[in-house]
Amino acid sequence: MTVLDETSESGESPLLEIRHVKKYFPIRKGVLQREVARVHAVDDVSFAVRAGETLGLVGESGCGKSTLGRTIVRLLEPTEGEIVFQGTPIQSLGTRRLRPLRREMQMVFQDPYASLNPRKRVGTIVSDPMRIHDLGSRSDQRRRVGEILETVGLSPEHYNRFPHEFSGGQRQRIGIARALALRPKLIIADEPVSALDVSIQSQMLNLLEDLQNDFQLTYIFIAHDLGVVRHVSDRIAVMYLGKIVELSPAEELYTRPIMPYTEALLSAVPIPDPDLAEKRERIVLEGDVPSPINPPSGCRFHPRCRYATDVCQQIEPPLVDYGNGHLAACHHPLNVDQETLQTVEVAERHTPAEADETALPQDTSGRSNPAATPTPDTRSR
Amino acid sequence: MAERLLEVNDLKVQFATEDGIVRAVDGISFQLERGKVLGIVGESGSGKSVTAMTLMGLTRGVNALFEGEVLYKGKDLLKVSDRGMQEYRGNELGMIFQDPMTSLNPVYRIGEQIAEAIQAHGKVGNRAARSRTIELLRQVGIPNPESRVDDFPHQFSGGMRQRAMIAIALSGNPSVLIADEPTTALDVTIQAQIVELVSRLKDDFDSSVIFITHDLGAIAEIADEIIVMYAGRVVERGSKRDIFYDPQMPYTWGLLGSIPRLDRPRPERLHTIEGMPPSLINLPEGCKFRPRCPHAFDRCMQEPGLENRVETPGHLDRCWLDVEFKRAHRDETISPGSVEAA
Repeated sequence: MTVLDETSESGESPLLEIRHVKKYFPIRKGVLQREVARVHAVDDVSFAVRAGETLGLVGESGCGKSTLGRTIVRLLEPTEGEIVFQGTPIQSLGTRRLRPLRREMQMVFQDPYASLNPRKRVGTIVSDPMRIHDLGSRSDQRRRVGEILETVGLSPEHYNRFPHEFSGGQRQRIGIARALALRPKLIIADEPVSALDVSIQSQMLNLLEDLQNDFQLTYIFIAHDLGVVRHVSDRIAVMYLGKIVELSPAEELYTRPIMPYTEALLSAVPIPDPDLAEKRERIVLEGDVPSPINPPSGCRFHPRCRYATDVCQQIEPPLVDYGNGHLAACHHPLNVDQETLQTVEVAERHTPAEADETALPQDTSGRSNPAATPTPDTRSR
Repeated sequence: MAERLLEVNDLKVQFATEDGIVRAVDGISFQLERGKVLGIVGESGSGKSVTAMTLMGLTRGVNALFEGEVLYKGKDLLKVSDRGMQEYRGNELGMIFQDPMTSLNPVYRIGEQIAEAIQAHGKVGNRAARSRTIELLRQVGIPNPESRVDDFPHQFSGGMRQRAMIAIALSGNPSVLIADEPTTALDVTIQAQIVELVSRLKDDFDSSVIFITHDLGAIAEIADEIIVMYAGRVVERGSKRDIFYDPQMPYTWGLLGSIPRLDRPRPERLHTIEGMPPSLINLPEGCKFRPRCPHAFDRCMQEPGLENRVETPGHLDRCWLDVEFKRAHRDETISPGSVEAA
């Protein structure tokens, strides 16, 4: 069932599919460096990304979204699970066999100050990927760098400058140019705009959109700003403590959040409209995200959830398909009526192995009015 | 009328650098009354942090040049000696810095750092300082303050560190709390907690707040009056309602239009302010926003003064455009999607 929504309309297989991917970081102690505990950074995550779409990945710091991004491009080795890119499982490929695939997937990093080598000139930074992959002659490469710089809104004259001569926004453009140099199919953008000023941020978002159209790019867009994610994404996955708790078409996540965590995240987003901000009921999540070393039992969100009951402590909920490709893992789903609840099924491909697949949500507790979520306002002033 | 705590008159701050004179703040004026929250919005380099640090006397140095007045309860702080400023810092004006990760010393316990601030501002014994520290931590919402007081900063999460920073800022019972981007480095859920905390503490401590941010969302919740800064100048100033519902300066529209908003339908494309903020060493002639302004015309070669051009008194802007023209055209920038819809 859920396979359908992640395959493109013509029935092609997805560009990227990850199955039960886990990334644990060992904590070692003592002379023998014995492993005493593990950080469960990414804990059994499965999803697929269609060619040409943008999948947004949101969550608070420490939810594992960046780790997941890095694991997908194999900057980090997955502890378990499969990563299938264009039909090829890549989770255990060696360096040599991985290299041609690296051309197809590139990363844009968060901090435009730290992700560019200050000693290298812009031309070298952008042409290095081509040199490493041995693409074209020197002069071809140089010409191509000029073209790419123009594409991202810089000038070819910037070829011989150093990163420090550029502003934050321009540096992020250089980072994007570097990612584009190899004409990748998939770009994983890890918080590409959060370090930038608002006016520069919107320039960058529009640029990423243009590039997607011009080069048929597929994005995995990692961010904590829900406004930004809504703007760029076709679908959005919400992560909490290493797990996907909700996966939904972008617009639907905002109008009809099913998981209480999503509801709380949305209600925390400040709204630049004093009247609306005043009227809105805000769910302030108490406390911080628990430690991923000892994640809570059952539903990982239960200690902070205002709807939590006993079952949430004991049983990890499966990801349930609510139709239209909207999945959520919750025992007490919001915005779902009793009737729909009778017909829903577990999304087997996405559900973590440890979750109880028989534990379908039983009640909606009559909570169907998302008072806390902002309603789109079409008034013009 | 409430007591006027702070009055800034035509404050200018310049720094001499190797490349020339940087006009970081070029004529900012405002008043702050007890119990009020003043929001200062602007992008990097607009002079908002320099303004805040100047109020605290933290920008003083051989290369810094000040003009104008910073009157705190009638006393000009710019004329107070460096040593004399220590009486004001902490006791009268408290500051919360942007980055809670780097503002705390990693090798001292949280409690020691707060107690240090308490003891720096008055003769307080160790035991009294400790109990006051615990009380402060409780007030800023740290759970189990009795045991957490002995934690090191790395044992605190980002949100808790920011709470500890707020406790330090409050340790001297300041009348004015200056918060310089207090939420920028935090997660959205924690941001909401901090904004709420600052607003509650303002009432508990009967103080006023200067809230500096580039996040128009946070300011919509907390501020009473708002100043929009650009290139070291105030380009618009007014009540919260003025700025959000009747913005007069094309730069303010640009800021409002650049944010992807959850309360509006998703626009096809976001509005962008083309280009970059100008260099503060080499400012453009006339209106400083002119090179980036889509509505600029001949008259903009002269810089407009900060004046009241609308019906609401106290709503000031720096723009030559006709008010009616602005009201008719600003929605194209602020909410491009909903103009066609309406």
